[in-house]
Formats: sequence, structure tokens, C-alpha cells
Amino acid sequence: MKIRLNKKALVGAVIILFFILIAILAPLLAPYDPHEFVGTPYSKPTSKYILGLDRMGRDILSQLIYGTRLSLIVGLTTGALMTSISLLIGMTAGYFGGIIDRILSTIIDVFMVIPGLPLMIVIASYIRLRGVVPIILVISFTSWAPGARVIRAQTLTMRNREFILASKITGEKSVRIIFSEILPNMLSLISSDFFMACLTAIVGEASLEFLGFGDVSAITWGTMLYWAQNSSALLNNAWGWVLAPGIAIATLGASFALLNFSIDELTNPKLREV
Amino acid sequence: MKYLRDKIMFFLIALLSALIINFILPRMMPGDPAERILMKMGGEIQPEAVDAMKIALGVDKETPLLQQFFSYLKNTLTFNFGISYSYYPVPVKDLILNSLPWTIGLVGISTLISFVLGTSLGIRAGWNRNKPIDSFITICSLIIRGFPYFWLALILLYIFGFLLNLFPLSNAYSTHEFLKGWKFFGSVLYHGFLPGLTLVLASLGTWILTMRNNMVSTLSEDFILVAEAKGLKDKDIMNKYAARNALLPSVTSFGLSLGYIVGGALLTEIVFSYPGIGYLMYKGVTSQDYPLMQAIFFIISLSVLIANFMLDFVYMFLDPRTRG
Repeated sequence: MKIRLNKKALVGAVIILFFILIAILAPLLAPYDPHEFVGTPYSKPTSKYILGLDRMGRDILSQLIYGTRLSLIVGLTTGALMTSISLLIGMTAGYFGGIIDRILSTIIDVFMVIPGLPLMIVIASYIRLRGVVPIILVISFTSWAPGARVIRAQTLTMRNREFILASKITGEKSVRIIFSEILPNMLSLISSDFFMACLTAIVGEASLEFLGFGDVSAITWGTMLYWAQNSSALLNNAWGWVLAPGIAIATLGASFALLNFSIDELTNPKLREV
Repeated sequence: MKYLRDKIMFFLIALLSALIINFILPRMMPGDPAERILMKMGGEIQPEAVDAMKIALGVDKETPLLQQFFSYLKNTLTFNFGISYSYYPVPVKDLILNSLPWTIGLVGISTLISFVLGTSLGIRAGWNRNKPIDSFITICSLIIRGFPYFWLALILLYIFGFLLNLFPLSNAYSTHEFLKGWKFFGSVLYHGFLPGLTLVLASLGTWILTMRNNMVSTLSEDFILVAEAKGLKDKDIMNKYAARNALLPSVTSFGLSLGYIVGGALLTEIVFSYPGIGYLMYKGVTSQDYPLMQAIFFIISLSVLIANFMLDFVYMFLDPRTRG
């Protein structure tokens, strides 16, 4: 059983490492400059251009490889930022309790019910600045609530455990108790939350960029899909242009889902094999 | 009745938050929405025109912010959303009323199908835990969950709409001919099939995983062991004992997902040019039609909040602890 569980996590981790390697080695792996005109627009896939060319005659495979960089950076940064917000709000609410908890819990609940994607779209459409920073901020700001709720609940159960009470009695500062007593004991929960956040970020980034809220001159998987859609790639039979970035997003997303699922399976006693 | 009071309070707080977000956003962002809109219309911008537009938008500097907020509140709560810029002079309210039935029909039916199908697959997977069928279903669900669903829509549209020419590429009914009665209904089904299929596939994974994990944790309960010890048939234990008890969290999620019917198909509608709320919002966003955009965001939030509140209300009858 143990081997099987680790297999899911292993597959997820290997895929992520694979993408990280591609991102780092992009200049070596990409056959062409992703911005360069190399042949007839909308060329079919050939041995020279494995995934074909886009509407400006640029190599799609090279774009896909270079696109890994920004897509991955945005996904991981957003995941980290989102998890930090969840941690900050969830732990503060759970640890201090009382009126602070009531206020923060209400804020969490409000953000849980206000629909994410429409809110992202509304905010993004007011921001005139286009680029990765607004995307990271918009997704983190709208999607932190589910994580905060789980972390709050976990902190709440930790607060009254003996080792925490012991630190309180010895006069430790709250900040120290939160960060060096409670935090290390929630690492599995936090990492599972982080992987979920990355999945949300990857899909959210792709959706926003697909709608044209990204920097459309930058090369990411989402903007590739944006251009593919806006140049009727499929009607021109340039299927590689749509298929490749989508599969890349789905694979990376699924690997985060796999990691999240296997951590849940390992740590939730009810899901564990008896 | 403390429970009910809390829930009503929460509903009001959440509603107010959505309204405040809607009110603050256009005022917080750099640049002047009135000037932006006039700029888009082109030509010389007269200062008087900018002032007039500001008054129309309710963002002029002379009126105090609080007063702006209250007139905004009054207008929104009476569903008076003003006039759309991109469909001038059609009132936003009419645009929304025209799109709403399409979205509710499409997403409502897809949500129901996906829930029933996903839950029954989840029951099978959980029951046959760690057998090949479970691994297969679970892995598939995890993969589906990673898909950006607008991309799934693009691929389905390409294969079935363009390559095989089996289904139409856009719209919700045939616009070439005038159809009535059953023929019209058939045309609606025909046009809704691919968007519906996308929605079902996209949400199936989550239903399966939720139900599978519920099943697995219910199966470890003592009463299942007792049922087995009594020598009941496997089928009965699976359906009448385990599944029945594991179903509750899924039903809760189903209730919540009813709230997302209005706003849940944004990207699918955009890909299929389906004339629902999501497509309308997209058009509002791309033409910077702020009244339209704000109104739709409000409607989407409102429907989620109402579903949420209804669910709490149903719980009051189902769960005696809440009545306290």
C-alpha cells in the first residue's frame, strides 16, 4: 500500500521537476527563437517544426518550451503568496480566537461564497496594467479563503494541546508560539494547501490570460491559447497551437492535484489503509 | 433561533461585501472611467461630455462618496442597473433577463447530470477501493481536475464541431430559420449538447473524488462491519448502508453548486458563443461596459448567496443540532 501511495506523489513530483528542468534549459532545448519568424504562418507540423507554426510564422514548440518559464513562475509564486495569505489569516483567527476569530472567520466565509472567477475578471478588467504581477495579485487575493478555513480549523485544535499550553505558561510570545510551535506541526496540511493553491493558480492564470488579461506579448501557455483563439487557429487547422499549451497546463495541473491528493491520503487517518 | 439569526446576518454581510467591492473597484483604479469610455467612442473629448458621463456613472467629484454609495445601493437593490454602453440604449436589466434563461437551462441540466453520474462513479470507486477500477476512476478524475475547462471546450468544438461537423459552432438555437415548438426545442438541445458535455466533463472529477473519499471513510465505520457480519448482500451494504450515509457531504456541495449555475459557465459560454450570462459578461468586459459588468457580477454573487442561505435553511430542518 505504501508503495502505491508514494507512486502518486512520485509521479506528481517527477512531472513538476521535468517542467522545472525544461524552464531552466529552455534556451538549449528550443529549436528556434520563440519570437522569430521562421516560415509560412499556420504551417502544418513537419519534422522541422514539430508542432507547426503560428499566425506570425513562429515555431510553436519553441514557444511552448519558453512559455514553461513564465507559466511555472506565475503558478508557483501565486501558490506561495496564496498559501501565505491563508496561513496568516487562518492561524491568526484560530490562535487568538474570540472577537478576532469572529471577524476573520466572517471575512473568510465572505470570500468563500463570492464567486472567484467573475471577481477575478471584474478586478482584472479595471486594472489597466497588463502583466504577470497583476495576475499573481488578482488570483491570490480572490482564492485564499478555502485554505485559510482549513488552517484555521487545524490551529484551533492545536491551540489547546499540552505543548502549546506549556509554551504559553513559560511566557513565550504569541508570534513565537505560532511560528515555531504550531507552524511546524501543520507542515503536511500547509504543503497540501500549497499544492492545491498552485493548481488553482495554474488554471486561474490560464483562464485570465486566455481572456486577454495577461501581457499578450509575453510568452506563456495562457497567452498562446489567447492568440490561438483570436487567430482562429483551429479553423486554420493549426491544432498543435491549441493542443500543446492545453496539455502542458493540464499535465502540470494534474501533477499538483496528484501531490495534494496523496498528502491528504497519507495524513487523513480515515483515508489511510487499515 | 440564534442559528437562523446568524445565517441571515451572514447573508446580509456577504451581500454588502459584494456590493462594496462593486462600488469601490471602479473608484479605486487609476484613470477615469468616464474619460476611458469617451475615449473608446473616439473623437474630441469635450469637458462637458466628460462631466455628463461622470454624473451618469455616479462618479463625479462633487457628490460626496457616501451619497454616491447610497444612490448606488438603492439602484442596485431595485435592479436598476442603468443603460448598457455597448448595446446603447438597451437597459442592462433587459440584457440580463434575456441571457439568464439560457445559462440557467444549460448549466442547471449539466450540473444535475454531472452530480448524478459523478456520485455514482464515486460510489463504485470507493466500494472497490484500491482495485484497478478505483485506481482508474481516481486517476482519471485527478487528470480531469487539472484541465482548464475552456481548453476542453476548444478541443470538443474542434473535433465534433469543425472536423466531424456533427454539432454547430456557436449560438443556442438555429438562427438561419424560424422554428417553433418541438423543432425549436430540438434545435436548442442540439446547440446545447457540446457546451453541456464540456460542463459535465469539467465538473465530473470533483464529484467523483468527493464521493469516493466519503465512501472510503464511511466504509471504515462500525455499522458497515456489523452489516457484513450479519451477512447482508454486498449490493445492499454498498447502496443502502454506505452510500446513503456517505451522500450527505455531496448533497451539500450539490446545493452550493446550484448557486454557481449563473456564473459557472463563463468560459464555456465564451468559447461556444452561447448567449448566456457569461458571454454577456465577456462582451461587457471587452467593450469596457462597466454598468453591464457590475450588474452581472452582482447577479452572480447574489445567486451564490441565495443558494448558500437556502442550504443553511434546509439544514435547519435536517439537522436538529442547529435548532438548539
